[in-house]
Amino acid sequence: MDVEILSRLQFAFTIAFHYIYPPLSIGLGVALVVFEGMYLRTKDKQWEQLTRFWIRIFALIFGIGVATGIVMEFEFGTNWAAYSRYVGDIFGSALAAEGVFAFALESTFLGVLLFGWNRVSPRVHFFSTVMVTLGSMFSAIWIVVANSWQQTPAGFKVVGEGMTARAEITDFWAMVFNPSSVDRIMHVWIGAFLAGTFLVLSVHAYYILKGRFVEESKKAFGVILVIATISALAQLVSGHGSANGVAVNQPAKLASFEGHYDSLAVADMYLFGWVDDANQKVTGLKIPKGLTFLIHQDFTTPVVGLNAFDKNDRPGLVNFVFQTYHLMIAIGMFLIGLTLFSLFLWWRGKLFDQRWLMILFSFSVLLPQIANQVGWYSAEVGRQPWVVYGLLRTSDGLSENVRAGQVLFSLILFTFIYAILFSLFIYLLNKKIQHGLDFSGAEKDNHQTQIT
Amino acid sequence: METFLTIELGTWMFLVIGAVFSGYAILDGFDLGAGTVHLFLKKEESRRIALNAIGPVWDGNEVWLVIGGGTLFAGFPKVYATLLSSFYIPFILFLVLIILRAVAIEFRSKEPMLWWRKLWDIVYSFSSTMIGFTLGVVLGNVVLGIAIDENMIYKGGLLDIFNPYALLTGLTVVALFALHGSVYLVMKTKDRLSDRLVNISKTAGMFFTICYVMLSIATLVYVPHAAEDFKETPILFAIPVVTLLLLLNERWLIEKKKYWLAFLSSATLTALLLVTIAIGLFPNILISNIDSAYSLTIANSAASQKSLGIILTFVIIGAPLVLLYTLFLFKTFKGKVELDEMSY
Ligand code: HDD
Ligand code: HEM
Ligand code: HEM
Repeated sequence: MDVEILSRLQFAFTIAFHYIYPPLSIGLGVALVVFEGMYLRTKDKQWEQLTRFWIRIFALIFGIGVATGIVMEFEFGTNWAAYSRYVGDIFGSALAAEGVFAFALESTFLGVLLFGWNRVSPRVHFFSTVMVTLGSMFSAIWIVVANSWQQTPAGFKVVGEGMTARAEITDFWAMVFNPSSVDRIMHVWIGAFLAGTFLVLSVHAYYILKGRFVEESKKAFGVILVIATISALAQLVSGHGSANGVAVNQPAKLASFEGHYDSLAVADMYLFGWVDDANQKVTGLKIPKGLTFLIHQDFTTPVVGLNAFDKNDRPGLVNFVFQTYHLMIAIGMFLIGLTLFSLFLWWRGKLFDQRWLMILFSFSVLLPQIANQVGWYSAEVGRQPWVVYGLLRTSDGLSENVRAGQVLFSLILFTFIYAILFSLFIYLLNKKIQHGLDFSGAEKDNHQTQIT
Repeated sequence: METFLTIELGTWMFLVIGAVFSGYAILDGFDLGAGTVHLFLKKEESRRIALNAIGPVWDGNEVWLVIGGGTLFAGFPKVYATLLSSFYIPFILFLVLIILRAVAIEFRSKEPMLWWRKLWDIVYSFSSTMIGFTLGVVLGNVVLGIAIDENMIYKGGLLDIFNPYALLTGLTVVALFALHGSVYLVMKTKDRLSDRLVNISKTAGMFFTICYVMLSIATLVYVPHAAEDFKETPILFAIPVVTLLLLLNERWLIEKKKYWLAFLSSATLTALLLVTIAIGLFPNILISNIDSAYSLTIANSAASQKSLGIILTFVIIGAPLVLLYTLFLFKTFKGKVELDEMSY
């Protein structure tokens, strides 16, 4: 295997692993703000217990998010040196802004959030919770801006040629608000809200099934279900906005989303299907002319197809892009149905009696996780072969001096470490969930006996 | 070239990045150092207290590394790219160590079994020490200069990175952090634990003094451009003298039980070490030892003037905020460590 494949594998693997955690942190942050806010307003002990329970889970998730995130920041330099020189002027300022404005905020207040319960007043503690949540949302802005710039570059000029060519900022705000930034930040945020709220829903559904902490769980489930429903609906709107943007800015990507080859044809939209790239055929269940309608609001205008692009200028893995994209949408639709139906039952006071639904919710935590992952796969693989769309090819972005053996070594190392990390994470998460909401007795004793 | 207060933007950027990395060395330095001395504390309770002394602050400290990386990427993209890709293996190991350390801190307290805690104690101490060591090795190489060609591509091998000078720099950094960290722990603990840590800090101080003297001599012998600087500006000889005075002063302050001031002394020591290096490099950042014409300098590797202006604006707005958060955090957790049910 060559350096390019290995470096791409390593980047994809490490970022995908990292991206398990940030959405959970952001979404759980919102849930914490709600729980603690309710506690401050009502002084109800049950909200306090919920807050403290979820802070513990939050700590675990956040910790792994930070550790795996640092890897990402330095990996651009280690594996993608040519790319880093090319985009540094632009990408760097977004990354620097992220550090100064977002990470500093979240990490400092995290100390107070986790360890300050007995040290600061409830209001100051609540303030810290809000700051951590805001900080994590800000960090998503900057990293997504940087990524959106590589998808739809704007506000720059290219200076120099060959080895010394690089993009320089000409207009900072045009760079920040490049054509896809706003749509994608919204989409990523809402995806994070879904990830976090579904974790909460799943744990409390599990408690309700087991008959533990039932009263607290019903309380928590209700409020969080409302947020989840709004998010699920909003995600459809936001995703539609993204798709329209992709149609304008990255037509080759859009064509891969739907496996659309012929530029002279109106485009269908598939509910599911299979792309045969060699024969340029898609088999599956489709809404005829659906894509044309979504983009042009009529049934006659053709949509640019993959054949309009040279083979070297369009994504190679069309079926992969198609599948990941459709899986995301299917999950999005399912979540809308699930949350609306549950909200209806909740309103009728029948939600918590539906055992099957509680079982479904216990497992539903996986759905937004999967949608978040495959959403990125389709967006990123659909962008290939460009690392900066239309400007720099992925194969030209590598570190010149790094050898395949070195990358293989690091890839194996990361795989090994992450496998251990993930097993420990699941083990401890499960342990905390099994332990439950009650800390006054058991866990304290456990600590006490250990001193000495 | 645009200027701000008559200094060029590129030079400002160099100063800012230097300041951020010094901030990082001072802040993360003490919690890494606390990790290095961790295994010298024998009782489970002592270890728990030591860990909780850094509990609320280590993550915030690490953010300085993230900001340092971000500003280097933004301010001198070519240096960021060349430095990280040249030292591919050391940096990958560094990242793995960072993960291991976070995991050890996080997971240690989650199970009561003694073997579990001992295992993570070892991982924690080892990774903390090796992080300092790896950074020191990279720093040593930066001082020496590395084999980069006219296209900024590294031509050396892995063994060139682990040369004796760099290894000595690595040891010096470990010793410095151990000193700094043990003084921090003295400040945060009481009674017998505190006394024990005073002794540990003495050993660490001795170890650092030896390393530092050796390193200074090695620098004069092996690093020609540093030796030249010293010949041209003899006042620079004040730096090692001040360093040794600070070390003595720190010892004395610990005897007097003025721990906070002692901690400030080792913080100053850390900053001074990095300032010395920065003066030695300026206006180069990454020296090529193939041909000095290939060196990456402030002028030839900085981002565009526009970009520098933007980042410096971020820094001007952001720095007071970061300082404010940090003060708030340290104020909230000032005083001796107390364990409660949220502790590690
Ligand atoms: C700010 C930059 C940025 C951000 C936020 C992301 N990516 Fe990305 N991604 C890149 C910047 C990038 C890159 C540096 O541009 C890569 C490396 C090689 C490449 O072609 O693009 C890349 C490649 C890449 C690949 C491999 C594509 C291929 O080689 O065919 C995958 C699967 C992902 N990314 C997935 C993700 C996921 C799951 C993300 C969620 C956090 C993500 N990316 C965020
Ligand atoms: C290539 C892309 C990415 C890079 C270089 C990167 C970099 C980092 C770094 C360095 C950290 C640790 C910061 C600390 O010490 O607090 C981190 C954590 C974090 N990242 Fe990423 N990241 C990437 C992708 C993303 C994306 C796409 C999101 C969100 C949509 C995101 C959101 C976060 C959040 C919220 C944290 C805080 C830790 C947590 O919540 O678990 N990151 N990231
Ligand atoms: C409900 C219908 C949905 C539609 C129509 C939709 C549409 C899209 C589109 C068009 C993109 C590509 C954007 C680009 O490349 O610039 C995208 C990406 C993405 N989607 Fe969705 N999406 C939907 C649901 C979801 C859900 C439920 C989640 C997660 C919970 C999700 C998470 C993501 C993520 C993380 C990305 C990558 C980031 C980005 O490019 O914005 N999506 N989505």
